[in-house]
Amino acid sequence: MVFRFRDAACAFLIALLSVASAHAQSATQADAQALRASIEELKKDFDQRLAALEARLAAVEKSGGPATAAPAAEPPSAAATGASVTNAKVFNPDMAVIGDFLGALGRTTPANVGVTPDPLLQMHESEAAFQAVVDPYARADFFISFGEHGVDLEEGFITLTELPGGLLTKVGKMRAAFGKVNSLHNHVLPWADRPLVISNLVGGEDGINDAGISVARLIPNPWLFLEATGQVFRGDSGPDEDPLFRTSRRGQASYVGHLRAYQDLSESTNIDLGASVSRGYNASGVAQDIDDLTTRLIGVDATLRWKPLQRSIYHSFVARSEVIWSRREQPFGTQSGSGFYVSGDYQFARRWFAGVRFDGSDRAADAALRDTGGSAILTYWPSEFSQVRAQYRRTNYAIGPAANEFLFQFQFSIGAHGAHPF
Amino acid sequence: MKHTALMAAWLALAAPASAQGKLNVMATTEDLASIAREVGGDRVTVDAIAKGYQDPHFVEAKPSFILKLQKADLLIAVGRELEIGWLPPLVQQSRNGKIQPGAEGYLDASLDALILEIPSGQITRAMGDVHPLGNPHYWIDPENGKRIGKEIAGKLSQLRPGDKATFDQRLADFIMRLDAAEKRWAALMAPYKGTKVVTYHRSFPNFAERYGLQVIGYVEPRPGIPPTPQHTLDLMNEMKRQNVKLVLVEPYFDLKTPNAIGRETGAHVLVMPPSVGGVKEVTDYFKLFDYDINLFVDAMKK
Repeated sequence: MVFRFRDAACAFLIALLSVASAHAQSATQADAQALRASIEELKKDFDQRLAALEARLAAVEKSGGPATAAPAAEPPSAAATGASVTNAKVFNPDMAVIGDFLGALGRTTPANVGVTPDPLLQMHESEAAFQAVVDPYARADFFISFGEHGVDLEEGFITLTELPGGLLTKVGKMRAAFGKVNSLHNHVLPWADRPLVISNLVGGEDGINDAGISVARLIPNPWLFLEATGQVFRGDSGPDEDPLFRTSRRGQASYVGHLRAYQDLSESTNIDLGASVSRGYNASGVAQDIDDLTTRLIGVDATLRWKPLQRSIYHSFVARSEVIWSRREQPFGTQSGSGFYVSGDYQFARRWFAGVRFDGSDRAADAALRDTGGSAILTYWPSEFSQVRAQYRRTNYAIGPAANEFLFQFQFSIGAHGAHPF
Repeated sequence: MKHTALMAAWLALAAPASAQGKLNVMATTEDLASIAREVGGDRVTVDAIAKGYQDPHFVEAKPSFILKLQKADLLIAVGRELEIGWLPPLVQQSRNGKIQPGAEGYLDASLDALILEIPSGQITRAMGDVHPLGNPHYWIDPENGKRIGKEIAGKLSQLRPGDKATFDQRLADFIMRLDAAEKRWAALMAPYKGTKVVTYHRSFPNFAERYGLQVIGYVEPRPGIPPTPQHTLDLMNEMKRQNVKLVLVEPYFDLKTPNAIGRETGAHVLVMPPSVGGVKEVTDYFKLFDYDINLFVDAMKK
């Protein structure tokens, strides 16, 4: 079609030129030159139009051919100026918002000294996530947590994915790699709350979460997955009113070291073991002007997972436990306490999970006070993007009567499809 | 600026010189692994992450996969957001610059494939777990097998220019054998053009398109949403109305609802693997079609 058109055009031009040349012989030299110029112009115009027409035809053929998917990674062609404006959005980070609504019923615990009871209803957290690749060497992740009363940067860090030596390096504010629960965001926990040992010894919901630098390296060996992580932080962690680590000057950095071993026991079963240490300065001596009192933490964790591959969307079981020891220097002597939780979650249908948890912990500032508790949890997933959870929780606080509470939680996420936690 | 240049130079120097041994290829699924073996031959070692009998949407990001990805020269992914729930964290933690998306050693196998069900207009999650880039189960069509093979051969040649002739020759051989097999498969399926079927998930659109089957409904009310009583009832009525005699179920779905539908409507319930490794007998890409087509034809003859 194109070629026939071009042939015709050429023939027409040749005819025109020969007519013109015949004409030129009889005309004056000047006339001939003017004619030649105008024909040249005509030819040029013609060629341009022809080229444009061919390009359009090629474009039509391309899009009208087999419904081949447009390669996503290919930059838009120069002709697609209209589309390139919208394509500027491809560099926007993946965005998601996760809502966490929490309700609590049952005996409140004002008499339980040192315990802040959950309110009846609260929009506990709205977490906004922004994640994208920065450049060929790094990616960035931001998690901004909107509470009912304020905004907090939960995490914001750059990950250098390809440093030499296999070092996976993160720089920014991040949840420390101490144990398992400390590194998890609320919405991936198997419970509506955090265990007592976390509240009493590891800074509660905030946990060890600070500005710092993290370096993780795989330790090559023929047997299992072994990863060592070293982290250094400014030294401020935990809630403002009762901090875990608090600095009064530079040079009071806190440290976290973590060793993780993972092994597949079979196709469907695997075990994940960890050991963690942490050290930082605490605020117990502020009233006495003593600023060099430290808190040391040691933790061990174990997770056993079972998920039959062929029925992986219907059944699974996860058992997990952590034991944590705390040694806290205080003006009137050192307090050494410990705590633990052990929990199991069974997925009995595609959208249903049942779980139990037992936990107990001394309090960091007064290890003679020990709280113990137990919970039963039922979780329902309407889809991958929302979750409803009910939790019955009985806690025997060291001071005051036992608390029987019923917690319920709605979680929902919009935006980019995040990765499933492991 | 100077620092950036220095850092870049340092990174370039530190990158391990590619050993001229076998190329270490990781594929996300056994289908891609099988095609990579066809094309790569003895010049490559190939391993897959997801097993053919597990739901490829829900693979666990186990650290043991990180170890495998760490050593990979090439990662081949299905793409179209099939692996969105588990591949990104694995690749990030792999400490392997070669296989990061956009790097030379990352291949999205869907780039040249025939993709169906690309949603147009507004899409929301009210439609279930829709894939905005089209249906990712595109490999169950021999035509797409060839296209994937070409992509892989091109990528292997790019990574190992010295072996280009081998890869080209193996690709030509693969395509030739596939062409021959396709004729056989087309002949077997020809009498059943227009057959109406129901599938559990939207895993078979390319297969249905290739062999002229009509998928009139799904056991799932929406992608990723388990069957509901009302939807099942509606589906059974529709099947009776249109006289649908086949329900195709992927090996990783529960058979309770499909079997109930089969009892009620008299339809055959076939556990039909959409992937290599979906059942024991299906050990490569050719056997996938052999098995599925035989299963289908046998059921139709009954």
